[in-house]
Amino acid sequence: MGSTLTNKEKDWDLVIEPVSSSMQALRISQIWKYRDLISLFVHRDFVAVYKQTILGPIWFFLQPILTTIIFTVVFGTAAKLSTDGLPKPVFYMSGIVLWNYFSEVLLKSSETFIAYRYIFAKVYFPRLVVPISIVFSNMLKLGVQLILFFAVYLYYCITTDLIEPTWHLLLIPLLIVPIALMGMGCGLLVAALTVKFRDLKFMVNFAVDLLKYVSPIIFPLSMIDGTLQTLILLNPMSAIIETFRVLCFGQGEFEWIYLASSLGMTFVLLAVGLFYFAKAEKTFIDTV
Amino acid sequence: MSKIVLSVESVSKQYRLGQTGTGMLMHDVNRWVHRIRGKEDPYKKLSVVNDRTKVSDSKYVWAIRDISFDVSQGEVLAIIGKNGSGKSTLLKILSRITSPTEGVVKMRGRLGSLLEVGTGMHPELTGKENIFLNGAILGMTKTEISRKFDDIVDFSGCARYIDTPVKRYSSGMIVRMGFAVAAFLEPEILIIDEVLAVGDAEFQLKAIDKMKQVAETEGRTVLFVSHNMTAVQSLCTRGILLNNGALTYTGSAEDCVKEYGDANYHEVRESAVAVRPDVIKTGRIEVSDFWFENREGERKFIFMSGDSIQMKLNYKSSLDELPFLSVSFALHDANGSPLAELWNFSVEGAEKVYPPSGTITCSINSLPLNAGRYYINITIRHRNQMDYLLKHAAYFDVLQSDFYGQGFMPNPKFGQFLLEQNWSTT
Repeated sequence: MGSTLTNKEKDWDLVIEPVSSSMQALRISQIWKYRDLISLFVHRDFVAVYKQTILGPIWFFLQPILTTIIFTVVFGTAAKLSTDGLPKPVFYMSGIVLWNYFSEVLLKSSETFIAYRYIFAKVYFPRLVVPISIVFSNMLKLGVQLILFFAVYLYYCITTDLIEPTWHLLLIPLLIVPIALMGMGCGLLVAALTVKFRDLKFMVNFAVDLLKYVSPIIFPLSMIDGTLQTLILLNPMSAIIETFRVLCFGQGEFEWIYLASSLGMTFVLLAVGLFYFAKAEKTFIDTV
Repeated sequence: MSKIVLSVESVSKQYRLGQTGTGMLMHDVNRWVHRIRGKEDPYKKLSVVNDRTKVSDSKYVWAIRDISFDVSQGEVLAIIGKNGSGKSTLLKILSRITSPTEGVVKMRGRLGSLLEVGTGMHPELTGKENIFLNGAILGMTKTEISRKFDDIVDFSGCARYIDTPVKRYSSGMIVRMGFAVAAFLEPEILIIDEVLAVGDAEFQLKAIDKMKQVAETEGRTVLFVSHNMTAVQSLCTRGILLNNGALTYTGSAEDCVKEYGDANYHEVRESAVAVRPDVIKTGRIEVSDFWFENREGERKFIFMSGDSIQMKLNYKSSLDELPFLSVSFALHDANGSPLAELWNFSVEGAEKVYPPSGTITCSINSLPLNAGRYYINITIRHRNQMDYLLKHAAYFDVLQSDFYGQGFMPNPKFGQFLLEQNWSTT
């Protein structure tokens, strides 16, 4: 019996407790252990999506190309909105590509619990693995679309003198990080809330679509001023998109305060999202 | 005494019954108000014992209540109980799918389970890709899977299809592949639920052997959840019995099985025959009940080899008298192979006239069956016309006992019958 007593003193590898008593879900080491699963999920999402489709990976290009054409015709030519003197296709495409990444990460990760409920009902792995893999698989997609964007960009560099590439372009990867975190933060929060209130799912699709027009995608921030501009800057994506244009074209509204407040909002969103997600992941299976 | 690898300390789990959604916001608000005032959750005390047969006003229920037990390294623990007794809830908590409402679970090492056969397989990916994906979902690393890859493929028997998308697989192949991955997970604590009913007979044998290997030769800790009392008896060292969410018995596997057999028979299958939807009948003869009794006249569904068994059937007919009534109880094994037919004509002849209602009994003095589960098909004909047919009307489990009195029993794998035999040398 003596040996059992000493055994009991020893540390256990795993302690399962009721929800309220601890916040274990965010252990980073746990997620690091599952990094192979993340990479396999990314592989699956990226490879399997377009299998048995005729156009295959061309779909990655088609969506931004068509949207750009429509925006150019409707907002550029018909409505004659300013593009800060930039060629219309590059202007629109820069916004569209970044926004797509943000909205896909947000919408997909907000469906984490619903889409994975059959797997989650059977096996445990840190639930955060799913949104993280969504961030990365969509990042690959973003990479592919950025190649398209820079092809168009290069075309205008050569044929016109409206765009002058600078070393600022090298900073672009740094901008991708806050987009990913922002999308994931919002997505996690929505995911946690949709567990109980399914209505939110419809609202979010709608809201993200509307939010697109409260960001400088179809117009430059310089076109608007006063309270309206402040309103648009409340969308944390606005400052990012403007900064991206500054880095690419040397054109746009850039203030450190814009970027700083956007990053601030990102971290608050992420923290809140992580907190509620961690709470929801422990019991959602009883509710879904 | 060996080291304790799993410790469950007064674990409880509460569920809310009925429609989710209505009034949930109100309850949440009420809970929150209680919490900030430092009071206990008002809905925790509301719930009652989980007995699904009784109607109760409470909207909350304890699926399991105050369960505690320890499991030592290398132990094979049976968790038994009828449907709804809380077995699955307990497993869900142990495998971290849901968290307990109260109590703590502590464990050493990795816990894996064979209830996740084929989880997360993607139809568009090849068998190889799916083995990696499935393995990673279960918690293996890529290197670990690569190391075991050949064994997994070998075990699954799907080598030829390994580069084909899984959507082209037969459902059996998917199950095999899933099981193979799970079987090579090699966790320190393994949970085996009754998934072994899947796959063909050849694969089932393979799976059971693998389980035995895990439990016996590798000294791994196993939690075995099953309704198959024979398997429990032959595999497990200890057992716990759950009833209505409470732990009612802890002891050796044999005692646990006996306790289960004694405690549970009555409510489980009484009059089950009468409400079966899959019965084929003309309505001229109705069967209201079918059951098994031991020598003492007690209803049982677990017998030992060599026990006396009585199969009883209650019937009622719209006819005044029933001459030429043929009653047959056909005995089948778990795979559906016919073993023997018990037929009244073969013993009584055809001339006997049966009353319009009554109880028909067929007795076997010394059950010549080895350990296993046996099913009965009931067929009743009147004047050569089929009036009643119910397949798998009921089953009973036979446990091994010392049938021949020498302490040796033939392996049930090589045959289910125990024949009287004489050996001699000249």
